[in-house]
Amino acid sequence: MLELREITKRFGDVLANDRVSVVVEPGTIHAIVGENGAGKSTAMRIAYGFYTADGGEIVVDGEVRKIATPHDAIALGIGMVHQHFMLVDTMTVAENIVLGAEPGSAATLDLQKAAREIGALSDEFKLSVDPEAMVENLSVGQQQRVELLKALYRHARLLILDEPTAVLTPQEVEEFFIILRRMREQGKTVVIITHKLSEVLAISDEVTVMRDGRVVGRVKTSETNAAELARMMVGRDVLLRVEKPDARAGRTVLSVKRLTVVVRSGGERGLRDVSFDVRAGEIVGIAGVEGNGQTELVEALAGLVHASQTSGAIEFEGRDITRTDARTRHELGIAHIPEDRHRRGLLLDFDLSENSILGVHYREPAVSRSPMLDTAAIRVRALELIKDFDVRPANPDLPARALSGGNQQKLIIGREFGLPPKLLLVSQPTRGVDIGAIEFIHRKLVGLRDEGCAILLVSAELEEVTALSDRLLVIHHGRIVAEVDPKQTTNEEIGLLMTGGSKANVE
Amino acid sequence: MKLLRELLFPLVAVAAAFVVGGIVVLLIGDDPIYTYKLLIGSALSWPDGIGRTLFYATPLIFTGLAVAVAFRCGLLNIGAEGQLYVAAFATAWVSIKLGGTVVDVFGTPVNYSWASLPAVLLVPLAILTAIVVGGAWGAIAGYLKAYFGAHEVITTIMLNFIAVALVSYFTQYHYKVPGDPILQTAPIGAAAHIPRLSAFIPGLPESIPLNVAFILALLACALVYVFLWRTKWGYEIRATGANPTAAEYGGISIRKQIVLAMAVSGGLAGMVGVNEVLGYHHRYYDSFSENYGFTGIAVALLGRNHPVGIIFSALLFGMLQRGAIPVDAFTEHVSKDLVQVLQAIVILFVAAEAAFRGSFGRFGLLKRSKV
Amino acid sequence: MNEIFKLSLIFSTIRLSTPLLLAALGGLYSERAGVINIALEGLMLAGAFTAAAVTHYAGNPWIGLLAGILAGMAVASIHAVACIRYKADQVVSGTAINILMIGVPALLSGAFFLSSGSTPQIPKDNLIPWTPVVIAFLLVPLTWYVLYRTPFGLRLRAVGENPGAADAAGVSVNGMRYAAVLLSGALAGIGGAYLSIGQSSLFTRNMTSGRGFIALAALIFGKWRPVQTMLACLLFGFTEAISIQLQGVKVGGEEIPNQFIQIIPYVLTIVVLAGFIGQARAPRALGMPYQKER
Repeated sequence: MLELREITKRFGDVLANDRVSVVVEPGTIHAIVGENGAGKSTAMRIAYGFYTADGGEIVVDGEVRKIATPHDAIALGIGMVHQHFMLVDTMTVAENIVLGAEPGSAATLDLQKAAREIGALSDEFKLSVDPEAMVENLSVGQQQRVELLKALYRHARLLILDEPTAVLTPQEVEEFFIILRRMREQGKTVVIITHKLSEVLAISDEVTVMRDGRVVGRVKTSETNAAELARMMVGRDVLLRVEKPDARAGRTVLSVKRLTVVVRSGGERGLRDVSFDVRAGEIVGIAGVEGNGQTELVEALAGLVHASQTSGAIEFEGRDITRTDARTRHELGIAHIPEDRHRRGLLLDFDLSENSILGVHYREPAVSRSPMLDTAAIRVRALELIKDFDVRPANPDLPARALSGGNQQKLIIGREFGLPPKLLLVSQPTRGVDIGAIEFIHRKLVGLRDEGCAILLVSAELEEVTALSDRLLVIHHGRIVAEVDPKQTTNEEIGLLMTGGSKANVE
Repeated sequence: MKLLRELLFPLVAVAAAFVVGGIVVLLIGDDPIYTYKLLIGSALSWPDGIGRTLFYATPLIFTGLAVAVAFRCGLLNIGAEGQLYVAAFATAWVSIKLGGTVVDVFGTPVNYSWASLPAVLLVPLAILTAIVVGGAWGAIAGYLKAYFGAHEVITTIMLNFIAVALVSYFTQYHYKVPGDPILQTAPIGAAAHIPRLSAFIPGLPESIPLNVAFILALLACALVYVFLWRTKWGYEIRATGANPTAAEYGGISIRKQIVLAMAVSGGLAGMVGVNEVLGYHHRYYDSFSENYGFTGIAVALLGRNHPVGIIFSALLFGMLQRGAIPVDAFTEHVSKDLVQVLQAIVILFVAAEAAFRGSFGRFGLLKRSKV
Repeated sequence: MNEIFKLSLIFSTIRLSTPLLLAALGGLYSERAGVINIALEGLMLAGAFTAAAVTHYAGNPWIGLLAGILAGMAVASIHAVACIRYKADQVVSGTAINILMIGVPALLSGAFFLSSGSTPQIPKDNLIPWTPVVIAFLLVPLTWYVLYRTPFGLRLRAVGENPGAADAAGVSVNGMRYAAVLLSGALAGIGGAYLSIGQSSLFTRNMTSGRGFIALAALIFGKWRPVQTMLACLLFGFTEAISIQLQGVKVGGEEIPNQFIQIIPYVLTIVVLAGFIGQARAPRALGMPYQKER
């Protein structure tokens, strides 16, 4: 049905796709797996005409085709559901579905006719979507079905789904897989991009594995297993070991009591009634599928969520800090390594010196002699930080933008370690960071713990949280659903808890 | 290398504007070379040309700085025009009310004042008034943005019209000398006059209105530089402009920065009143501004939102304004409006080019508010 | 007081609303597609000057009107190319256009008519005092229909709300935006033409005197919807009509300051923007150049 031949795509210096070849047989569900940044989405976006390839060709139904725009792809019967839904919130379901493929003449938009057709399609695949509903009022699962309908309405025979389950609850995932199987029965072909092996095994007929922009394997699902796929994905036997002595936990530093965070637009998201403690000298990990309230938890603890959106209490060293702002918490000794360093952690166009004082820029006498900044002292501090945390290139005058992800992260870590913190909130510490820097960061975190700092660690990498944490809390759907000893628990067991303890989608 | 690149694009934009402007001149039937010779030659003649070029550049330095400070906070202040009007009126009001007896347009001595302060008190007070009132007018837009999410571009446009209407109302109904056919206030007290530079520079005739405000403008450039790059307040403003979510993470109150930046911006725009009222007209004169607030946008953009760049681009635009007068008089068809056209083209080129390099891409705040 | 509330006030309101309405509807197309249009003032000036100049030479107001439309579109195309092709900041580009259109008509009138910024008087027979009024008010239901009942309108709204979604659905985001901005130039051009060859009989320097901005205010006040925008234009036209009628009228021996009536549209717009009267929600992608995410 669809074949990519030797597709190559560059973004600036990054080779996103290196001679990628994929063959998708008609009437099958084909999974494309790989770690974040392996080039899966890029390859499929090329197939959908969202990007144009620098080299290679696309074959549809045995013929070489030029797909320059999504329009071309749609004409060939290819539809795509993006990871972030491409829906106009303020329009109805029907309007969204017909957009770009409107029924009726140029002078009239026949939405009634469209609604009838959509209703019929919805019934055929048992999607139960109301064409008149406003998209912003739909749940995430319903919005996804609207995306499916959008493709079906355009007579797509091949559906490309980019990380379709990332935002779904386990129940929704189950329903979603039933829909996919029904589509296969009706003769549709499905390509599903994912990094979740359990789902690959549960739903697909065939798998293409990608790593670092290349295809590293293609297997029938029935002839493989999770371990083999994982090995292909990572390119090595997964070995993430952190040498660390047992924790000597001291007094309670952070005490969270019935913390609830309401997210205004997120519907299902947010944090519900969460209580736990973190003591000095221990790392408490939060394990969970991304988007289950981790971001809200960390931001609420850091003072970045408006008080009107939270309830419950946060105590720090016995003091109620629920109503204090980010600056006050920082001054008390709460450091924060944010999950998204470009959004929160750095001023990308500022130089390293200026970045090294974010959050402490007003402190005397190290940084400022009010109201003047002490530029000489700042430079000395920055040079020290750069040396201690091995930030490369070691030039405080470079803009942060010029650094690699790992070095940017080391800069942030150095800055926050310099507080010095009594409590460290750290989120996704090694995301987008090279192997060397990962080890460095892990050692630093353990070192900080051994100096008596309380650490709350959030990571989407299960390996990372289990390896680093002394205690592990599992979060699901905004609630802490379990506390486990990471040494006594297998990753499979934790994985099960992370998905709400439901076995159904693991099979 | 970096400096060269920073200089290259503005220079290209100016050159391109002159080329396009030259084509326009050609099309309406004049000789572009002759026109430009006239324009630049007269603007650079000593003492009249240079004196007036510097005089015209003075308000533009202030408005350029005003736009730049707001821009560094991620805000586009197109309300400098309104800010400078209210400030000019306020500074005139203070100088009338505390300036003692004056001679009005009919040659009659009159006293509208409550007191007669000496120059050492009145001048600083009048300058302070201009800064505070301009700043307050700017802060309104900042406040509406920070606490109600109202986009500063639209509110400043609206506040411009409101400002113009308000000061024209006060002038017309309360502070005009009865019988004066011109819409202007009574003259300000002589103690509020600031000296012309002709008093200090030999060879500069007294007729050139270039005054101490020009020195203040240069001083303001230095102060703005120190404020933005050497103080914690400037750091917070720039951090907010560069990445509001990161600033928030760094314990910086974005809302306060928005209000502060708009207040500083308005205060700088308000300094135009010092040049016009204390240094030149010696009264508030209705609709005195030759679009200084809007030209300030061009000045700031061309000057890369940096005080040093702003001095140069203000000088360029001041030169155009000065040079336009002989162009009007001595060419057959071209009028002084050529200057507006050149200005507009410069803005267009710089704006399109700035986007090229991504320096507009970080309008983080723009995305967060209603337009 | 009573004699001012007569039929003439209604006519005057309608006539004064017309240029606002034409420009505001123009702005509506542009802004619903996601392109901020503070250049309305400049576009109106382009239309006003060109219509008057061409009518003077051609002796036919219809040719003049057409020329005004084309001039509006030509100037709008500068805004479009700057904002869409070169991703310039839309506010900055709009400001540049406004400055440009103070200069260009003045420059041209100096060259062609040896005057500093006005065109020669046009004879009364060559004026079109009512046609643009009819066009303006007919355009309201038409715009509503186009926006909500045609594929073009659906795409336009989608592009202004979520260009990524529109692109993914196979809609050309930039194509729609070009069309919308050019349309705004055409409508603002008619609005300007009405000022010079409808309401008056020549172009004078800066004759729009802020009407482009009032139109923008009406667009925001009308929450980017055609009918509400028309009502806002009528309200603002009414305040202008009142302020003209009240000139020189004394109430209890005191003149009513014109300025207070003039600022009503601006104050109301701020009040609405700040959310004191309902919520004015702008098209979500307004002001943002479309860039494919990576």
